[in-house]
This record gives sequence, structure tokens and C-alpha cells, in this order.
Amino acid sequence: MTILCALKRAHLCTNSLGMALQFEILARYKRARAAKLTLPHFTCQTPLFMPVGTQGTVKGLTSSQLEDAGCQIVLGNTYHLALRPGADLLEQLGGLHHFMNWSRALLTDSGGFQMVSLLHLADITEAGVTFQSPVDGTSMLLTPEESIHIQNKIGADIIMALDDVVKTTITGPRIEEAMYRTLRWIDRCIAAHSRPSEQNLFGIVQGGLDPHLRDVCCQGLVDRNLPGYAIGGLAGGEDKDSFWRVVAQCTAQLPEDKPRYVMGVGFPLDIVVCSALGADMYDCVYPTRTARFGTALIPEGMLKLKNADMATDVRPLDASCSCMVCKRYTRAYLHTLVTREAMGSQLISYHNVAYMMKLNNDLHKSILEGCFPQFVQGFLRMQFPKGNVPLWVCNAMEVAGIDISMCLSPEVASS
Amino acid sequence: MKVEDPRNLRSIGDSTSIRDIWDLPSSQIMKFSFSVRVWSKLDRARTGTLNLGTGKPLADTPCLLLTTRKGLPAFITPELLDEIYPAANLLQISPIHFLETPPTSLISGVGGIHLLVGLPEYGLAAFARDSLMCEANGQGTTKLGAAFETSGGRRLVGPSKYMELVNALKPDFWGSLPDEVPAWVSTKRNRMSVDRTLNWLDHCLSLHSVGAIFGTVVGGVDLELRMHSAQETAKRRVSGFSLGGFGLGESKEERAALLEVAIERLPAELPRHVSGLGMPEEVLEAVSAGCDILDSTYPHTLTTGGYAMTFPLSIQDEHDSEKLSIEECATLGSDSSKINLRSMSYRSDTSPLLKSCECHACCKYSRAYIHHLLNTHEMLAQTLLDIHNVTHYLRFFAAIREAISQNSFDQYKSWFVSRRR
Repeated sequence: MTILCALKRAHLCTNSLGMALQFEILARYKRARAAKLTLPHFTCQTPLFMPVGTQGTVKGLTSSQLEDAGCQIVLGNTYHLALRPGADLLEQLGGLHHFMNWSRALLTDSGGFQMVSLLHLADITEAGVTFQSPVDGTSMLLTPEESIHIQNKIGADIIMALDDVVKTTITGPRIEEAMYRTLRWIDRCIAAHSRPSEQNLFGIVQGGLDPHLRDVCCQGLVDRNLPGYAIGGLAGGEDKDSFWRVVAQCTAQLPEDKPRYVMGVGFPLDIVVCSALGADMYDCVYPTRTARFGTALIPEGMLKLKNADMATDVRPLDASCSCMVCKRYTRAYLHTLVTREAMGSQLISYHNVAYMMKLNNDLHKSILEGCFPQFVQGFLRMQFPKGNVPLWVCNAMEVAGIDISMCLSPEVASS
Repeated sequence: MKVEDPRNLRSIGDSTSIRDIWDLPSSQIMKFSFSVRVWSKLDRARTGTLNLGTGKPLADTPCLLLTTRKGLPAFITPELLDEIYPAANLLQISPIHFLETPPTSLISGVGGIHLLVGLPEYGLAAFARDSLMCEANGQGTTKLGAAFETSGGRRLVGPSKYMELVNALKPDFWGSLPDEVPAWVSTKRNRMSVDRTLNWLDHCLSLHSVGAIFGTVVGGVDLELRMHSAQETAKRRVSGFSLGGFGLGESKEERAALLEVAIERLPAELPRHVSGLGMPEEVLEAVSAGCDILDSTYPHTLTTGGYAMTFPLSIQDEHDSEKLSIEECATLGSDSSKINLRSMSYRSDTSPLLKSCECHACCKYSRAYIHHLLNTHEMLAQTLLDIHNVTHYLRFFAAIREAISQNSFDQYKSWFVSRRR
């Protein structure tokens, strides 16, 4: 089994048209892969997690702190940046990299996600989405062309095609309509993209939880030979068993030699499962948002610092973590800061981002060193010491070809 | 205690016992001490060095104690604090912030405040007054203790509780628990405050086990009571003095006289801390009166208002600084001392907050970015502004020390005050 993963196969994008990246797979374990992703501003290693910096800043952290934590790509939200400070101003000031003093890579989403998060302010037609600005109430028509135009001005290393996003919990013809519209819009995005040699346009697979629709969408996008692909429309409240099946289907269908990005995924467990299924990139507000509510991410799961028993706990958040916060602070002190002082959320955000970076670095290293199954087993043992690994994880791992039977309690194993 | 001619004084260590120094191997122990290097000729201003002991920073005075919330600056994380130059290595902590959690046994168990807040090499000074959150108005204070407004409501803290906190926190130096009263209280209440503060000082002294103790001098706006409080406090075995009850409604003229009568009666070789005089002009006035250690909420106040300090620090500096007309200032919401980053005029301004500044914020970020962060309510705005404001204020203190060393403090003060008018 280990012979397989020791096989190092390089997949270099040879296509010079519309590519501003190189994706080189360094090692694999079954479907999982560890790769080197070379972007205009930074050479990254995958699997990789991208913290979300919606408005040109990751909540409360400086760019030097993000670098110290090991961040490789930061995500910016096109819709929010277009409202404030505005695309023209960003272009005038030398792009988002310069504006936020971030020298590593950036990715901007297309604004499509706001069709879901700000649905009450959005009106979706074939032309595009009309948003009512939550800032000043004016309306803005976001067409595929306009989205790309704005993202060209923002200047991120990876830009996303505008897709028609619907909630995965919705059923019926709206899902199909959205998928076909996403395919029609991708051509408009490609045509509008003015900086293909500096920015990589990723297409987004839609199609809800329907395998047939996902299949059509994957095929349609692969035909366009894009620099990378995203699996969209997930992590929106669907059941986990449907979630992993869509990821598994798409990662199997998408080309081997292109990066695969699962949008909106950020729970550590989901990242481990998706990586085992062959995904490479993730983004989520979860680590920083949960930090602001006083929850730290640790190998055992979540640590709720507001809990009364934290008041007398003199251990660091995570003894295995070497971040600045774990080196300096006890849980007891963070308990006194949390939710009362802004510093509490800043320190826990710092740790959570560092935790996510370390998790992804560990995934990369374990695939490279041929011990990916052992890493997954160790991870599951820590998260589920009683062996109550959820069934969807067991099912996904079976498809990923990773034996986790030793992590399961007898009851789970027999069911 | 007889006041000697200050010009004849040399460095004199404090009189605290060996028990006052916290757990360092005996061979390495250096005591808390203070020495004056240069005395101003025209006023009582002086510059010197505060030695907090082995492994601790040597702090040049007059110095600034940074404001903290539960032991850390409100917006600057510790590794960013480490980067600030001139070194931001003296912080003021309030024992009152630790009334609820963590338990004092735990604070003591982890090794005190330095280790609790992850700043073992910093100088941490404990004073009860928290100018940010709680106005010292004397209301609710009884013979049992001083009243403080906390997040858990009003709390009465007596000397025993206060010393339990101080002994657990193990600050490098700390002030005795005062009963501070504002300028408008009756003479009767003021007299009570003086007697009570002296009683509490004796109580604190009897319970004190760590750090250097600063006796707190009060007396409101009553010259006689100020004199009495200073005289009596000076009789105690203390390592320094804390001038309490300032910035609580006294007029500028009253303040000068009150500082003078109190400081005249304090031994010249010991350091003096003052609380509540944090604006630049107040700092100059306090330094001129002979204060060595000052706390200030001024940088914090500007930061939370979205302002960056831009006032020139020296006469040479003034020629290089931006000049704005009165009309421009009015439109920008700025003045000759500070700029308002919320103003739309900085929307596309790629220059740093202050060209001559080398702080983290000025080296790496533009006014346009900080304006955007304020506009979108992002926390990083306060972090960056505070790094700049704290750096600038520390540079202001460095300029004050330099002026005293050059025997030109009086001119410096006049120049500074005249350009701010």
C-alpha cells in the first residue's frame, strides 16, 4: 500500500493559455494528494486552508501574524470589496495585495455566495444578480462580466467564476436551472477575463445533491479546460452523507492535474474527509468566527473557553501547538478575557488560524511521508476517543480506501 | 524626612527588605531602585532611571505606563507589543480587574501577573485606579473599602482584599489602596479621604510581601490636606509615591499648586507616580512639577475615536510636518496634533499615518487602508492605530527626557504648549 503513495508523479500544467499556476502532485495516498501549487504571488502546498478576509482583513490579525501562522492564501469577498472600498479605488491603489499589505497569494470569490447569504437583498435573472446594497440601499447588478471585471481590478491570484448558487436544502427545478445557468455563465466569465496570464479563473461545479446534475456540470466545466475547479453549493446545511458523496463524485470526475477547491468547508473533520477523497483547497469563516464566540480548536475538538471549568485550568489551549498564544497563555487567563475584552477573540482567532494551518500542513506531510492513514486514524482517535465516529465518516473513508476500523467502538463498527 | 538639595543626591536604593523581591536566585538579586541623572534648573523636572531588578527592563524616566485591560493592552497582541520602539515595556495593571477571575490562588500558582499575561520581561505596575472604565468619584466608598465600578457591578475593596490581589499578582511595583475623591467634595469628606488613605497604607504595609510599594498621597484640592497627606506618607517605609486624586475636576491653576505642595514634602530621591494626567499638556505640567512615572489613557482614547497622533515631537520635526490650514482641519476633523482617519479625505491616501514614524502601522499600511478598516468596522483598525499612537506617545516621552538631559525642558514645554494653542 505504501508503495503507491511513495510513487511521486509530477503533473505540470503545460497549457500556457489562461494559466497562471503550476500544480505539481508530489505524493498520493489512494485518492488523497499532496501537491505544490505555484501561484503568481506564492508557492503553496496542499491540502490548504484559506482563512477568510472578507473586507481585506482576516478579523483582527495583521498580515505579519497571518504569515507567522503559516497562511498561504487569504480569501477576499468580491461583493463586499466592490462596495467598500470599491473596485476602482483598489485598482488605483495597486490592487488588494498592496492595499492590505499581503505579499502571499489571494483568492477572490465571485459574489455568488452572497446570493444565498444576502438572498433577501438579491434578485437573480439570466443577466445576473441585482443586489440591494446593505450599506446604502442602492442596487447593483452583478453580471458574470461585471464580477470578473471587478476581480481583475482586485488582482487576486485566483478568481472565481460567477455561479448561480442555491441552498442545498432546496429541491426541485430551481437546482437544475441554477446548474445550467452556471454553465452558461462560465463562458461569459471566460470571455470577460482580461488577465488570464496573471490570474487563474476557477469554474464552480453546481447541481445540488443530484448526481446527474453534478455530472453534467463537471463535464461541462472540464471541457472548458480551466486552471482549477471548485465544488460549490455545499456546506449549506445539507446532511453530511449527501455532502461527502457529492465531494467524492466531483473529485473523481475532475481532472487529476488541476487543483480542486471545496467551497465553504472549514470544520477540521470535513477537511480531513475531503482531503482523503482527493480535494485540495478549503475556505471558511468558521475558525475566526467561532473564536469570537470563545471557542478554540484543538486536536480533541472544540474547547469552549466560556465554560466555568476553564476558570481554573492552567494548561495551554493545545499542548501540541507552538503558536504564540499556546506558548504564552493558560486557558484560565483566556477564560477571563473571552467575550469581555476584544483581546480574547484576537488571541483565540490567532490560535485557531494557526491550528488550521498546522492541520493542513500535517495532512500534506503525512501524504508525502506515506503515513496518511495513520494520520487520519490518529486524528479520529483524538476527536472521537469513545470510538463514536459518525457513520458518514466511516462511509466516506471506505470510499477513500482508508481503514479506520481500529478507531471505532464495537457498536459503531457493527452497524 | 528632611528634603536634601536634589543636586547633591546620588542613586539611592529603596529600603524594602529582601522578601520584597520575588523568587530569583539570591546571587542575582537586584533590588528595585531609582536614580536621578539630570535635574532641570528652572523647575522640578528630572530625568533618571528606574531599575526594576534583575531580568527586568531599565526604564528611563519620566516614563509612560501603558493602559491595560486585564493585564494586556486593549488592542495590541504581545508579539506586536514586543516590536514597538521605543520599548513599550512598562504597563499599568489594575488589581481590580482580577476581582472575579481567575482566583488569586491560581494567579499566584502560575507565578503572578507577568506569567499570567505572558509578559515575563516587562515591568508591570499595579495601581487601583482605572481611568478608562471607572471614574474615581469616591461614591460608595466606606471605611471598609473603596468602591469600584466593575463589569460585575459596584464592588467594595478593602485593604485586605486589595493586598490578597497584589500579593498574588506580584507586580514590580504598586500603589497602596487610596480613597480618591473629586475636587468638589466637602473638606470633611476630603479629610476623611486623607485619614483613610493613610490607614489603608499602614494596613497594606503590614500585609505586603512582594514588589516595591508606592504610598498614595491624596488631599483633593485642599492645599493643607495635600501637605498633610504628603508629609505623613513620607514617614512610612515606602519605595516611592503615587499622587492620587488628580484629573478629577481641579482647575489647572489649582493643580500646579497642589502638585507643588505635595512634591515639596516628598523625599527627592524616591520616584513619584501620578495618575489621571494623561493629555500631552498635562504630562508636561506633571513632569515639570517633578513626576517621574505617568499613566495615560490618551493613546487609547484617540485610538477608539479613530484618530492618529501626528504632533511634531521636536522643533526640527515641526518644519517637516504637514501643515493644514484651519479650514482644512475643520473639514478633516483633524487638528495640528492628530488626524481623523474616519474622514473621507483619506479614502485614497496612500501615505502612512505619519511620514516620520517607523512603527509597524506606518511602515506597512496606508491611511487609505486604515480608513477602510474603520469604515467597515474591522478590529484591525484599532490594532494599527493603537500601535502608532502608543509608539508616538512613547517617542513624546523620549523627547521629554532628551529635553531634560539637554537642560532645555522649559523651552521644550513652552514650544509644545504654544503650538498646540
